[in-house]
Amino acid sequence: MAGQIFAYIVHKEGKADDTALELLAAAKKIDAGASVNAIVVGPDAVCNEVAAAYNEVWKIASDTYPNAEVIRRALANILPKDAIVLVTHDTFGMDLCPGLSVKLDSAFVADVMDFEGIDGTNLKIIRQEYSGMVSTHVHCDISGGAVINVRPGSFQPEEGGAGGSVVDKTGDAGDLSETTRRFLEVVEAEAGDVDITKSEILVSVGRGIEDQDNLEMIQELAEAVGGDVSCSRPIVDAKWLEKSRQVGTSGQTVKPKVYLALGISGSFQHMGGIKGNPYIVAVNKNAKAPIFQFADVGVVTDILEFIPELAEKIQEAK
Amino acid sequence: MEILVCVKRVPDTSENEIEINKDGSDIIRDDLVYSVNEWDNYAVEEAIQIRDKVGGSVTVVSVGDDDAEEVLRREMAMGADSGVLLRDDAFNGSDGKGIAAILKAEIEKGKYDLILCGAQADDGAGQVGGMVAAMLDYPYASLVNKIEADGDKIKVGREIEGGNQEMSEIDMPCVLSIQTGINEPRYVGIRGIRKVASVDIPVHGVGDLGIDAATVGQAGAKVRRLDYFVPELGEGAEILEGGTDDIIEELIRRLKEKGGIK
Repeated sequence: MAGQIFAYIVHKEGKADDTALELLAAAKKIDAGASVNAIVVGPDAVCNEVAAAYNEVWKIASDTYPNAEVIRRALANILPKDAIVLVTHDTFGMDLCPGLSVKLDSAFVADVMDFEGIDGTNLKIIRQEYSGMVSTHVHCDISGGAVINVRPGSFQPEEGGAGGSVVDKTGDAGDLSETTRRFLEVVEAEAGDVDITKSEILVSVGRGIEDQDNLEMIQELAEAVGGDVSCSRPIVDAKWLEKSRQVGTSGQTVKPKVYLALGISGSFQHMGGIKGNPYIVAVNKNAKAPIFQFADVGVVTDILEFIPELAEKIQEAK
Repeated sequence: MEILVCVKRVPDTSENEIEINKDGSDIIRDDLVYSVNEWDNYAVEEAIQIRDKVGGSVTVVSVGDDDAEEVLRREMAMGADSGVLLRDDAFNGSDGKGIAAILKAEIEKGKYDLILCGAQADDGAGQVGGMVAAMLDYPYASLVNKIEADGDKIKVGREIEGGNQEMSEIDMPCVLSIQTGINEPRYVGIRGIRKVASVDIPVHGVGDLGIDAATVGQAGAKVRRLDYFVPELGEGAEILEGGTDDIIEELIRRLKEKGGIK
């Protein structure tokens, strides 16, 4: 049988992240009858908040910035070797987990979207490859424990109701001081000329635009519809638009009424930045692009030909 | 500074539609365009820039088959000083830990101050860098989008949520996984590739690396991919079809209805 399941709780400003209850749902999908423990490295407020849902909360008292190196060492000290450790697949989880699996000598699987039960000592897992273009079934031998990063939003939050107790593990966690990697500061993102988080209509462009010169047609379409230009990551990487125009988990979180995704493949990191259930229009020449799974309406065509015509017709119709 | 950069040859998803073969055992690879993993290319560019600033050398290494050599040559054409190919039939079927164990063995043969890898590759796991670091007991930072090299310490910026940047000081030797956008990788022309076409690229296998074959490859893998599949999705987007004029007319109608035209 599988080892004890733990969920690592990410928190901010004294409140547990939305994924805290998603991880509980993920744990129940692995084993519906499991008593799931939470791990909180942080303040009592977060421990008490998640105790309502989890069996036990293992607390490591800390009021410093979460340094993955320190937390990895602490978790390796307190966790049983055969533990199944669930951690949100975000920038902290990605920093923490591959190394944690080495320290626990357990299996590691990243960016998991679903579980399909246990077959012998193998946990059956679903994840994606090639930027979400294909899915895979993966067998993970959990007999020696496992560290698993779970994609945010993949599981419906489970309310739980275990009403568990908080167990202070700080004493067993070892030295919690920073050693070879020392946190300095968080540099906040620079504000741009346009605040796309306030835009009602976003005309968003991705890799399909191919060339910086082609951005002009996107600007023209944005003017025609009365919206603002935003973009996906590759456009910012290429320095064609400011970082403040980037939609996604590593960029801005937007909540427009209408979102036009033009030449955007639709990675989960990009879609993670779109909230409020907007009406999504996708135009992409690749019919298999994941964006068509999220969009309300789609056109399979080359944006370079389609967009100028669309902009012109909208201008005419005015 | 002695820098090692780990690179991988992958199907270029911006050039290919990825399709699955009949029994789901693999993607259809016949006509795929391969290239260096995009993240790795940023890592190599960063390594070259650091070397050009503080001196030292850049070595590129790849775990792969003979075709991986073309990727090593491409990165050498960019400016890396040397390349090493880690190839052995025993490596086939390795999971992330297997790949990390192979790289660790190669790293221990040298004396590197800085080990860079891409933040992720075609399988989207982003696991090898963190594993290598943990195996070597080196400090690690992932998703690095800024490096300031200064003496035996370096300052790194990590990309975190909301476009913010987490700055830390990190001791060397260390392992960093590099995020796209950290620099602008230089263009490699055909002439550059020709220049390094005949440079010797040593090949290391289990024997050279002193690896127990049972700990890598299929034999040592705790994580195995069973198949590829295209998920059954909900409704997804309603795809507009017909002539361009009709599509545009319909799209404009819907945009107006949803408040998408002011």
